[in-house]
Amino acid sequence: MAVLKMQRISLCGLNRDRKAILERLQELGMVEINFRKKDIIKGLKKQDTTDQKNDFEKRAQKADQALEILNRYAPEKTSLLDSLAGKPLIEREKYRETVGRQDEYLDAVNKILELEKQISESRSEAAKYQNQIEMLQPWMSLDVPMDITGTRQTRVLLGTITGQAAEEHIRTVLKEQKQPIENVLVQTIAVDKDQTCLAVICMKKDCEAVEDVLRGLGFTKPSIQTSRIPQEEEKCLYDEIRMCEERQEAYRNEIIDLADLRADIKLISDYYRMMAGRYEVLGQLPQTKNTFALSGYVPERVAEAIRQEIMEKYTADVRIEELDEKENAPVLLKNNKFSESVEGVVASFGLPKKGEFDPTLIMSFFYVFFFGLMLSDAAYGAIISIGCAFALLKFPRMDAGLRKSIKMFFWCGLSTVFWGVMFGGYFGDVVTVVGRTFFGKEITVDALWFIPLNDPMKMLMFSLLFGLIHLFTGLALKGYMMLKDKDIVGFISDVVSWFLFLIGLILILLPTSLFYSISQMEFDFGPGLQMAAKVMAVVGAVIILVMSGRRKKKKIGIRLALGVYDLYNITGWLSDVLSYSRLLALGLATGVIAQVVNQMGSMVGKSVFGVIFFIVVFIVGHILNMGINVLGAYVHTNRLQFVEFFGKFYEGGGKPFEPFMAKTKYVDIQEEK
Amino acid sequence: MSMGMVYALVGAAVAVLFAGMGSSIGVGTAGQAASGVVSQDPGKFGKVLIMQLLPGTQGIYGLLVGFITLSKIGLLGGGAADLSPETGLMILAACLPVGLVGLVSGIHQGKTSAAAIGIIAKKPEQFGKAMLFPAMVETYAILSLLISILAVSAIQV
Repeated sequence: MAVLKMQRISLCGLNRDRKAILERLQELGMVEINFRKKDIIKGLKKQDTTDQKNDFEKRAQKADQALEILNRYAPEKTSLLDSLAGKPLIEREKYRETVGRQDEYLDAVNKILELEKQISESRSEAAKYQNQIEMLQPWMSLDVPMDITGTRQTRVLLGTITGQAAEEHIRTVLKEQKQPIENVLVQTIAVDKDQTCLAVICMKKDCEAVEDVLRGLGFTKPSIQTSRIPQEEEKCLYDEIRMCEERQEAYRNEIIDLADLRADIKLISDYYRMMAGRYEVLGQLPQTKNTFALSGYVPERVAEAIRQEIMEKYTADVRIEELDEKENAPVLLKNNKFSESVEGVVASFGLPKKGEFDPTLIMSFFYVFFFGLMLSDAAYGAIISIGCAFALLKFPRMDAGLRKSIKMFFWCGLSTVFWGVMFGGYFGDVVTVVGRTFFGKEITVDALWFIPLNDPMKMLMFSLLFGLIHLFTGLALKGYMMLKDKDIVGFISDVVSWFLFLIGLILILLPTSLFYSISQMEFDFGPGLQMAAKVMAVVGAVIILVMSGRRKKKKIGIRLALGVYDLYNITGWLSDVLSYSRLLALGLATGVIAQVVNQMGSMVGKSVFGVIFFIVVFIVGHILNMGINVLGAYVHTNRLQFVEFFGKFYEGGGKPFEPFMAKTKYVDIQEEK
Repeated sequence: MSMGMVYALVGAAVAVLFAGMGSSIGVGTAGQAASGVVSQDPGKFGKVLIMQLLPGTQGIYGLLVGFITLSKIGLLGGGAADLSPETGLMILAACLPVGLVGLVSGIHQGKTSAAAIGIIAKKPEQFGKAMLFPAMVETYAILSLLISILAVSAIQV
């Protein structure tokens, strides 16, 4: 339960060991490279490794593209669950061997990319032919080649004119010329809604005049030229397209043949990624001709082991020192098996900043407790727990972060089972409904504690009580932190004062008739305790009034005003406590919607169809209800932790520990023994 | 059927209607933003879907109060209760908080969710914080739900 203590590791080694040392550090993944300002010595050069880094990144990217293409033509069998499986572990031997033959695989990658390029070229070629076929369509009834010029005496002009019924029009226009042109044959090849395709045949001597007239009418040459007659041309084009398709098919098969190399390509892709990472670090290291230096953060518990290993294996000097007081060390959390499951939740709020302690342990109990209370249906809880347990057992190599989240839901599921039993919720009231509808018997499932829907007031009181405990724990933790910092004045004036004030107020409130009328609970404290309660409240209030403005020691008036303002915070406490009423609301929501589902299912009544209908409604309805309420419980549990609980003592804002490690995408590589 | 029953039924309708409308608008607003993000990066589907669902709870709270009301006045189990107009109006009044607050908070939670989806688009690792903003709006829906439930179950039929 803690933030791991960080130390500084400083390493000075020979350049001939550089590669090996960096490789080992990357494999260990336990050192965050970081240079203090004072460590930077003038005159030492850094190697410019940008080119190598970019080169490796580019190669990794190419391999990724090739994998994507492979997946398109030879899809890997995947299921939804595969995303849980995590990266496969590759043996060191296999890794060495594959990396040794990387050129081979890089060739395969390039070949795949080349083939894909050819496929897309061939595709656009086919599209071009297709386009030509379409342009050819109007000319299909032409039975001479399209590049025909004429005979010995005549000229043939092919072309299109916009508009319809142009044939007549052209003839008329030709006749109406100053010198009427005779002996012109105008023939319509095809008419569609935009244009008319024409063949015009005239005597060679009239050719120019005819062309002039036609041009004036907007006659343009056909957009497609060919030396064949259109029908033949169409056939040829179709042949071309078929050939393109055959070629594509061949390329595709070639790619599919390369699919066997998928695993190896994944491996070298990750190898390039790791190399890029190594060169990135190398670029940060100061070097002389024969030596290099490295500095960074390392968790205390592994520091000594790393130091010894490097010193033994290589000619290098490694030192471990404590961090400077002011240094803002990166944060790595370490908790017990149960609590570490909520580390992700803490991290999503913010890791502990410098000097703060890790709230994970204490939060984990409340988290699981509240989640179960909000979902509170034993059957739902069992489904979640069994599902998560199955995933955890089936996929031992699951990604660490995901593993923690699934573990968290496993525990939350167990807590849900517990609260479900306490409140008598098993798929809502399904036992009662089935008994009544299909067997004609009244079966009631007793709650171990009580049924919240029948006594919402009682549930509300307990929700607020749980909330109060949660909030007081938060305040106590604030006190603990202040004591740790030896801030006794702060502890008394910011923590003890509030405890006195709040507990006093609560003790005053409990025996009143007002409280009785709300909760139907009677408390009788006797005069001694009542007096004590009043004293506590007053003492607490006075401390707050006098002390909360202590940091601004200007005038007594301002200080008191600040105190009054701080006392006003009591409304903040009130709203914080009331916020826990969501425990009741969400718990009821699960139960009531489950009841609605059961009731809807039983509407058809006792018959074969009724049973089938019930089963369908039951499955769909409960899946929906479970989904939405798990989401609700998750969101609002987080909110109670983040806003109400953390609001009392925790700020967060630490920067996460980002060690120099193998950031692989597809595989994990077995560590060297 | 007595007038009281009519009032009570109007109450149940108000709870379901307005809260449901609020959620529909809210989920719709958030859904538009979510679609935009997924069109750029389908990998964020899971996260933005959760965000889109957040304003959906008001509708459920409305349903909850509606259901409790219906079972209270005996419309579900047969044997409808004989309600005086006063009792009917009381039930109607009890249903108002969740209906009206559900409407307004649903709409605004939808807008907040849409904005939070913007956070997810740019900084997906800030999911925890992004989720918090819409959850703040929901507090008021929960408070109104609480009062509606307490009031409906406190009314003697």
